[in-house]
Amino acid sequence: MSKTQVNMTVNGNAVSALAEPRTLLIHFLREEMNLTGAHIGCETSHCGACTVDLNGKSVKSCTVFVGQAQGAEITTIEGIAQEDGTLHPVQEAFREHHGLQCGFCTPGMITRAWRLLQENPKPTEEEIRYGISGNLCRCTGYQNIVTAIQAAAADLSIKEAAE
Amino acid sequence: MISAAFDYHRPGTLGEAIGLLTEHDGTAVVIAGGHSLIPMMKLRMATPEHLVDIQDIAELSGIAVSSDMIEIGATVTQSDLIASDELFSVCPILRETSLQTADPQIRNLGTIGGNVANGDPGNDMPAIMQLLDADYILQGTGGTRTVKARTFYEAAFFTAREEGEILTSIRIPTPPFGHGHSYQKQKRKVGDYATAAAGVILTRSAGTCTSASVALTNVADTPLWAEAAAKALLGSDLGAEAIGEAVDAARAITEPASDGRGPADYRTHVAGIMVQRAIQTAISRVA
Repeated sequence: MSKTQVNMTVNGNAVSALAEPRTLLIHFLREEMNLTGAHIGCETSHCGACTVDLNGKSVKSCTVFVGQAQGAEITTIEGIAQEDGTLHPVQEAFREHHGLQCGFCTPGMITRAWRLLQENPKPTEEEIRYGISGNLCRCTGYQNIVTAIQAAAADLSIKEAAE
Repeated sequence: MISAAFDYHRPGTLGEAIGLLTEHDGTAVVIAGGHSLIPMMKLRMATPEHLVDIQDIAELSGIAVSSDMIEIGATVTQSDLIASDELFSVCPILRETSLQTADPQIRNLGTIGGNVANGDPGNDMPAIMQLLDADYILQGTGGTRTVKARTFYEAAFFTAREEGEILTSIRIPTPPFGHGHSYQKQKRKVGDYATAAAGVILTRSAGTCTSASVALTNVADTPLWAEAAAKALLGSDLGAEAIGEAVDAARAITEPASDGRGPADYRTHVAGIMVQRAIQTAISRVA
């Protein structure tokens, strides 16, 4: 039950650290990698505050043992803005459209929305609501989150057309 | 919410995985997506000393569809299953059911094998596998054997699988072309287990029901294949009287617990409504 070597790619950087097998991915990211953006909310796979991207899919990092993510590509909220600090259109839209109040759910919500818009670049309102159904928000009533994701989808599609 | 300590193993072949289960007999548990097991481990309701992660075993991850048989590997995730248009074209109830299970993140990791093998009466796929008369393929040191989904479930979390065995795949007889289907699930919120749920498939020819199958989720210790309910439909005109008989027959076999999802009587009542809606929806979809 000793510590084992864990290797993965986090936000484009190869990382390596010793961890006990029972370490959850969220604890590894927050405590070993000092990436405290993804939050521990319910820690029971309900709330989605711990959502990160694992090999191109949204997952709840409170319900993944670190060994399961051995060799994986992980993206957290810290990896979504550009390196110079320019916000991603999803982040910009959340700011612009008041898609948050207390902000606790926001890292998970944005990480999920960011992936959702890659899976489905032009979602309907219903598809957005269904797509973020694994992320709970206790402040906003979701309306402004949905509005923000709609705005981000429009912005991304304009940017894509311009390229 | 930290689990007890364990050693983690990630074998590349089925033989190695079975070897690990045998070597650590009684103290090793298979992990696939982990979305049933890890919550149990955090609560220390499960305290395995060894976890055998089967995600790298390539032969467990395929979907194969032919005119008479569908085979789904144990580590196919709910998301993989939803994404398969080939599977959807021959057996659409699988996608319909997965879309009502858990939430997007959980479906990205949760596997079909874990869903059916865990024996949790709240899981949706066991009833669907009973509905479709699926076979589960189990492999252990003694070789391979097949157990019908309809006889696999003994009690909540107790199944016909032996500790040293791995459920490797599910085989489903391809349902008849043009069948009608529906899975109706009443739940309190996204991601919740069913208060009650029902699946139906049926075929119709010249106004008469020529085949039918009905199964229920989370209204007993095990999934329930509602044989008498199907018999009430078979040979009928699928009119109100036959539907009423099927609903009564399905309700009669329920034994739900009284819990946060409601008192037992209520859940039996909801099961009846789910059966009725599933039959009506299946009829509306039949060719």
